[in-house]
Amino acid sequence: MNHLPVLPILLPLITGALLVTLPRLGLNAQRFISLGATVAGLGLVLWLGSMVLEHGRMVYALGGWAPPFGIVLVPDRLSVLMLVLTATLALPALIYACRGDDDAGAHFHALFQFQLMGLNGAFLTGDIFNLFVFFEVLLIASYALLLHGGGTARSRAGLHYVIINLIGSALFLLALGMLYGLTGTLNMADLAVRISQAPQAGQPLLQAASLVLLVVFGVKAALLPLLFWLPRAYTAAAAPVAALFAVMTKVGLYAMIRVFPLVFALDEPLAALTAWQWLWPLALATLALGGIGVLGATSLRNMTAYMVIVSTGTLMAIIALGSTEALAAALFYLVHTTLLTGGFFLFADLIARQRGAAGDYMVVTAAMKDRRTLGILFFFGAVALAGLPPFSGFVSKAWMLQASLAEGAAGIFWPLLLGAGFLMLVALSRAGSKFFWRQSPERDHDMRADRVRLACVIVLVGAGLALSLAAAPLMDYTRSVAAQLMAPGDYVRAAQEADLRLTGGH
Amino acid sequence: MEALYATAVGVLTACGIYLVLRGRTFPVIMGLTLLSHGVNLFLFASGRLALAAPAVIGESADPTDPLPQALVLTAIVISFAMTAFVVVLALRAAVELRNDHVDGVDPEEDWRP
Repeated sequence: MNHLPVLPILLPLITGALLVTLPRLGLNAQRFISLGATVAGLGLVLWLGSMVLEHGRMVYALGGWAPPFGIVLVPDRLSVLMLVLTATLALPALIYACRGDDDAGAHFHALFQFQLMGLNGAFLTGDIFNLFVFFEVLLIASYALLLHGGGTARSRAGLHYVIINLIGSALFLLALGMLYGLTGTLNMADLAVRISQAPQAGQPLLQAASLVLLVVFGVKAALLPLLFWLPRAYTAAAAPVAALFAVMTKVGLYAMIRVFPLVFALDEPLAALTAWQWLWPLALATLALGGIGVLGATSLRNMTAYMVIVSTGTLMAIIALGSTEALAAALFYLVHTTLLTGGFFLFADLIARQRGAAGDYMVVTAAMKDRRTLGILFFFGAVALAGLPPFSGFVSKAWMLQASLAEGAAGIFWPLLLGAGFLMLVALSRAGSKFFWRQSPERDHDMRADRVRLACVIVLVGAGLALSLAAAPLMDYTRSVAAQLMAPGDYVRAAQEADLRLTGGH
Repeated sequence: MEALYATAVGVLTACGIYLVLRGRTFPVIMGLTLLSHGVNLFLFASGRLALAAPAVIGESADPTDPLPQALVLTAIVISFAMTAFVVVLALRAAVELRNDHVDGVDPEEDWRP
């Protein structure tokens, strides 16, 4: 059997364990190991991606135990997209952290690797209890990463974040208990088959389980009534941590589009699910609140945190439409927004480092030393984030508008999406003019931007341009991902074939 | 037995939810503990309740389902570790913020934004 699918989980696990057990290694050696493992991880997921493109969906049974009793990893096109996105975001974030942020507390690199392990595992697994376990792995790592560096703001945000996620975990277990009690299985493919054949008497409980799962994934993805932990947590976290967290809210979205179409909608259209019908109004409200939050933010980091909420609202609204084209557009937007908001968390830190005590708060201070470089970069980043041409934000936004028009939902979705985009533009212009145009007459700040840090930000903001230049192949790819997601029967068949292969046809 | 068991799960969960909604960290942590107890019992029951049926093949004519027990074990380990973590975090927050409110702000004393 080909062991490649498990390596993106094992590599960060072993690296993280090594870094914990060798505390006297010295920071430079830790950085070297951590960077090496992250680069190798990027190579691994690209290799896995080429295998998946070649062979289609792979089914890897851990320890050779046949599903549905053993745990399977099922890398498919969606997993590959998320894995590559995570690795692409993790590398600049880690390089940025290696310029000094990792020194602010113990075990940064080990925790970073464990976080990557949890993310990779959640994107790969084909077993719903295993999904819970990987959620826990990534959450436990994120609790510690959020507190990295210490300080009252982080303790305060951390307490909220930990408590709401612990309640989320308890609810996740309740939903899993209901599903297991009704079907006697936790393998997603097997669950799908049994739920589609479930007797009428079990339907209310199944529906309850699906709604509890919606709440759980809604907490992770920051859907409206469950999002108030996010701005404070993301604003308080250290910059590289916040950048990596940009992909964490997307895990909730990933879990939704992985679990709901497959497990609950094998035989019926996705839009007919009760949970899916709840998604639409909640997502629109999230989008509206995110837009208002962006406008009301007091610092650039805070504003970026609200942009994460805007992106969650947009993504949830567009996937709630339930068509293949809408899903493809959502996945394109997901790549764009994750890289750019991640980049902006780093950018806010870069700006804060130049402005002394004012930090990234929106107040007028003396001129920054690197105001030209940073100003040009801010202009391009803001244009890309607000969704103006020629950057990827515009491509994805236009595609989403088209997809919603085809579904007949344009009447509500267009004003909200364009309105949120407009509010983002206003807020970003205001921030830009406060940071770069208006200056108080005091002597200029004389701190230079760190070259490596600047390069990390340029790479992530430049992703906006790269994505729009390479839009056609990526759009084809996200279309194929969406098509694969909308055909859950194929997933079930692939899992059953693997089952037969492992048990020797019995 | 089912009614007793269901009542126990229900009472634990209800008390847990009430305590989680309190404003100070200690009741919230107690609430989280009760909630996870309730959830663990619920998970355990998802393999159906049975008497004198160990989860080992050969020990009895009708062995019970071993999987929920494994799931509960995983859940207990995670919730135990997380309780320890959140206690330490709450202590640290109480020292740094000089109060034990989950918001980090004591509504009766000094109000800080």
